[in-house]
This record gives sequence, structure tokens and C-alpha cells, in this order.
Amino acid sequence: MTSPATLNHHKDHYICFQQSLKLLNRMTSCSVVLGAPVRRVAIFGGTHGNELSGVFLVKHWQKNGAEIQRSGLQVTPFITNPRAVKKCTRYIDCDLNRVFDPDNLGRKVMEDIPYEVRKAQEINNLFGPKGSDVAYDLIFDLHNTTSNMGGTLILENSGNDFIIQMFHYIKNALAPESCPVFLIEHPNLKYATTRSIAKHPVGVEVGPQPQGVLRADILDKMRKIIKHGLDFVRIFNEGEEFPPCTIEVYRIIEKVDYPRNKNDEIIAIIHPCLQDQDWQPLNKGDPVFLTCDGETIAYEGDSTVYPTFVNEAAYYEKKQAFVKTVKVKLTAKGLRSSSS
Amino acid sequence: MQEAACMAALQRLQPVSHVAVSGGTHGNEMSGIYLVKHWLREPSALQRDSFSATPFLANPLAIERCVRYVGRDLNRTFTKQFLNSKAAWDEPYEVQRAREINQLYGPKGSAQAFDFLFELHNTTANVGACLIASVQDNLLPMHLCHFIQTHCTLGHYPILLYNLPDQEAYSISSVAKHGLAFELGPQPQGVLRADLLTQMGALVACALDFIDLFNKGTTFPAFETEAYRFIGSVDYPRHPDGELCASVHSKLQDKDFLPLRPGDPIFQTFSGEEILYQGHATIYPVFINEAAYYEKKIAFNKTEKCSLSIPALQRE
Repeated sequence: MTSPATLNHHKDHYICFQQSLKLLNRMTSCSVVLGAPVRRVAIFGGTHGNELSGVFLVKHWQKNGAEIQRSGLQVTPFITNPRAVKKCTRYIDCDLNRVFDPDNLGRKVMEDIPYEVRKAQEINNLFGPKGSDVAYDLIFDLHNTTSNMGGTLILENSGNDFIIQMFHYIKNALAPESCPVFLIEHPNLKYATTRSIAKHPVGVEVGPQPQGVLRADILDKMRKIIKHGLDFVRIFNEGEEFPPCTIEVYRIIEKVDYPRNKNDEIIAIIHPCLQDQDWQPLNKGDPVFLTCDGETIAYEGDSTVYPTFVNEAAYYEKKQAFVKTVKVKLTAKGLRSSSS
Repeated sequence: MQEAACMAALQRLQPVSHVAVSGGTHGNEMSGIYLVKHWLREPSALQRDSFSATPFLANPLAIERCVRYVGRDLNRTFTKQFLNSKAAWDEPYEVQRAREINQLYGPKGSAQAFDFLFELHNTTANVGACLIASVQDNLLPMHLCHFIQTHCTLGHYPILLYNLPDQEAYSISSVAKHGLAFELGPQPQGVLRADLLTQMGALVACALDFIDLFNKGTTFPAFETEAYRFIGSVDYPRHPDGELCASVHSKLQDKDFLPLRPGDPIFQTFSGEEILYQGHATIYPVFINEAAYYEKKIAFNKTEKCSLSIPALQRE
């Protein structure tokens, strides 16, 4: 169990570690950052128990892990929410992917503690502690969505050169197939994910796939993303230098709820012109919702936005019909492993 | 001559006065739930000259929780075994609910039962919009299906015939004298798609138009139609502990109502091996990869194409 005092202590260690890296950086050429080698990697499935691609990939790799092994790395596949997986439901008491904040991680374990908070503390002990220098280097967290997002990579921190370089590598490897990057960095919209306990957290979100359904094509897409991600780590560890790079990402700016009546019931649904149009530009006047009476509600913002998580089943209860993003270019410095 | 034989076989049925439309037999199949909630507020779309249809939410507790069912699948609970059972304190919620529905719209098999009950469903499978009727009740529902196929222009509507011949009907529409299910997909559980919602509304409107025309004395001529008759199901390959060891093959995924021949791939394991269909004849798979069927041990249902000759129909 991690108390707030211990967490702060680990945070101090982490800050020292970051400062050492910065010093190393100044000592080498300005355009290349030295990053610590990435040795301990985890792949999480079943953070939401009804998102089946990750569940079945992890279970398969637990029986036969040859595909995810790379020299110089330890890769651990892990089911994070086993009770939800057994019931094929998103969660038992509360959303596991929202409770890795310091308050929940530090909470005293009582009889009535939600299952997922208890699980979060266990996971933090096994793969964290979050913020410490003994936390896992990298975690891939596997998710599905009912939205038409394709194979999306989720980035938590716009300053993480290692992950930006990885995403650049993955996008190139998958091209011409597109691989959107969703940046969830935001003062209040960012949430405390399961993967956030690692130094490098990577979300992999593949859709569309209904909850409780396993599609071969979606599984395959997720599998390819992981393969390229692990290849990148191996190449990085072996001393390859990655020149500075730029990637286009979609940064979250706002969530949009369904129109509701005074009884909180939904009175308009995602318009057919917006349905399945994740990552496509939405301009002023474009249809967004359709009411029961057949009327169109249009987008009224002045600037172009790029909607995503359009009509995700699990977000009806979170009051989210879609999220608005803007296109942003992120640049990563040149990168090389400090062990080479 | 065949024509003369058909003419001689004109069937007459009582006019249809009591019609119900149920949404949310499964609490996470959103098209029917949303439509029924709308009709409960605004019933005008269900009114015709000769009758008005009654909308109702079949499984309110499951709807509230946005789950298929709470205790047991409501749409497998309308058999005599459950409907005639004595109330027990520990019985599943759906057993009690089935008895209530049987009281309101049945009793099943009696003269007081509603004339027609429509059940609205969604599936994660790529069935498009299909019409599901019971094998035992061929006349009025088949004419209704034929009317939809020839008048409802928003799509193509295959007819699926359920129940093995000796099997007792178990679904909600079996409570009424005649029943029909509208099954639209693919739609994820818990998701409301505008395109399917519109199509479902149009199907119900068309069905009620047919009933109104029938009640007014229209003669519906004899016809031949193709239908898909349910003959069995195929489960996923599983490990000894029951876990799936393969997914539906990408070549079978989304191919509902298309022919599946012996030797065609049906599953792919997580290690990349293909598993081929071992049956002896071509079949037409439906409900390929329906989320709710994993626990029923069904990867897809098998149907065979059949041709039905339906005699002419007019009200008494």
C-alpha cells in the first residue's frame, strides 16, 4: 500500500532522475537527447472487460509469448481487470481507467472499497509505484471502441520525446494505412489511466468493434501496432539514433454531450453525417445531431475541429457524444539510448 | 392449373384490432428502446384508421441498466414452463416479467391474446434488416413480410424462419396470435445509430400500413417467396476450460446471408491457423459474431434457403 508520503518521496526520486537526464543532455550534442534504455515493458489487456481484442491477445501471449519477446527486453502481458473480463462487462464498481490518481492510489483499503480501486493499488504495486524510478519503463494499454477511430495511438504528454519518436516509427511502419495520434493532455479533461503508472504510457485504441465482440481484422490491427512498438524499443535499446521528427496529433479541447431534456433523457442522437466520421473535419453549419422530430442540430463553432470518440457506447453514461480535437504538430528531439 | 389452385386457396382471417410493439426485450438493443420511448410520449405514428398499436418497453430493469437481461434472457422465457410456473421469491426477474407480459398481451394460445406483436431488436451481426417469423405461423406474417419487401423501399429485407419444427416458440411475439421480429444490424450494444433508427421506424410504419389495408378488406394475392430456415448453430472452437481459441475468420465476418460452402474458412486461431467449414452442404450463415451469443455457444447460425408458396389472403 502506498501512502501519500511515500508517493511524494518517489516523486522526488523521479524529479532527480529527470534532472540527471537533462544534465546528460547538455553534455552531449544539443539536437540529440539521451534516453535511458527501456527494459521493463508491460502489455495490459482487459482494463475494460468487454473490450475483447486486448483480452484475447494478452491471454494468448500468456500461453505463448514468443511473438512479444525482443532481445534486451522483458515484456509482461497482464489482465488488469479479471473480474470484469470474466463477466464481459466494462467494470464491476467503477471505471478502472479513471482511478490511478494519487487520492485513489493512496486510499485506505476498507471493506467497501470499490473493486477497481483495490485493483488499481495492486497494479500500482506490481508495475509502479507511479512516479517512482522503479516503475515500469513502458506500458501498452489495449482498448477497443465502438467509434470508427481505426487504430489510434493515445499520448498523455506532449513533451515525451521517446513516445513521440515511437509513434513516428509506428506511423511510418503502418503507412499508407493511417494511424491517428490522440493527445489527451488537458488541464481538466486528462484522466488518470492504468498505463499512467509507467514512465512511458501508451494507449492503443482500435475500433470500431462492438463491446463483447472479437473481430479478426481489429485484432490484427492491434497486433501490428504492438509489433512495431516493440520493434522500436529493441532498435532504440540497441543504440539506433533517431533524428528529430515531427508528427501531427489531434489534441483534445472539449467534450460534447447529447442534447437532453429536463429529465436528463437524450432527445437527439448523432447525425448520420457525423456517424463514423471520426478524425474528419467538422465545420460551422455541419450536421451534428438529429432530434426525434427529424430536425438537424448543426455545429456552431467558428473554427474547424476534428471529432473523435463519436458514438462510443461507454460514453453515454459519461455524458459524451463525441470529443472535439484540433490538429497540432509535435516535434521530438533526436533520440538515442544512453547505454550505447 | 397452378393459378386456379392458388385462387381456390384464398385464405380468410379475422380483422386485426389489438396490435402491440415491444422495444427493449433486450435492454441494450437501442433502436427499439428509443422508438418505443418516443411513441409513449407521442403515439400518433402508431395510429391508423382501423386500429392503433400499443408500444411498450418489455424489460424495464434491463433497459435501466443497459444490459441484455438481469436474471435470464427474457426472449427465451415465453414457454409454458415459465409462463405457467408459480411465482417464487428467488425466481429471475425476467420470469415474473414474462408472466406480466403474458397477462397484458396474451395469454399465449388463448382467444383473448393480442392479434399481433412486433418485437424490435438489434444485433452486432451484419444482417442488415431482416424479418424474423415463426415457422409455424405462415399466412399473415408472410403476407406482411412480402408487403414490406415490395413497399418499403429503404432496403432489402430477407425473411428468417425460426424455431425448429418440433420446438415450442419461446420469444415475446409468441404471446400474441401472430408475431414478427425486426432485427437490424450491425449495431453495437448500447449504441444508437441514426440510420438504423430511421430504418426501424420505417419498417414499423410499413407493417402497420399493411394491417390497416388488410382490415379494410384488401385482397393480397398469392405469391412465392424465398426464405432462410434455421437448421442449427456452430460454436467457436474452445480450449478445455471453455475459452475461445479462435475468432470468426475475416472471410466469414460480415457475410450474413451469403453462401458458405464446405471447405470455406470459418475461424482463425490466435496462432494464425485457419479452420474450415466441415458441413456437407452449402448453408447460409446468419448472426455471425453476435455479442450475446458467445455465452449461448453460437458463433453463427446455419440456415438453408427454402421457397414458400403463400395463398391469397383477405379479411373475413
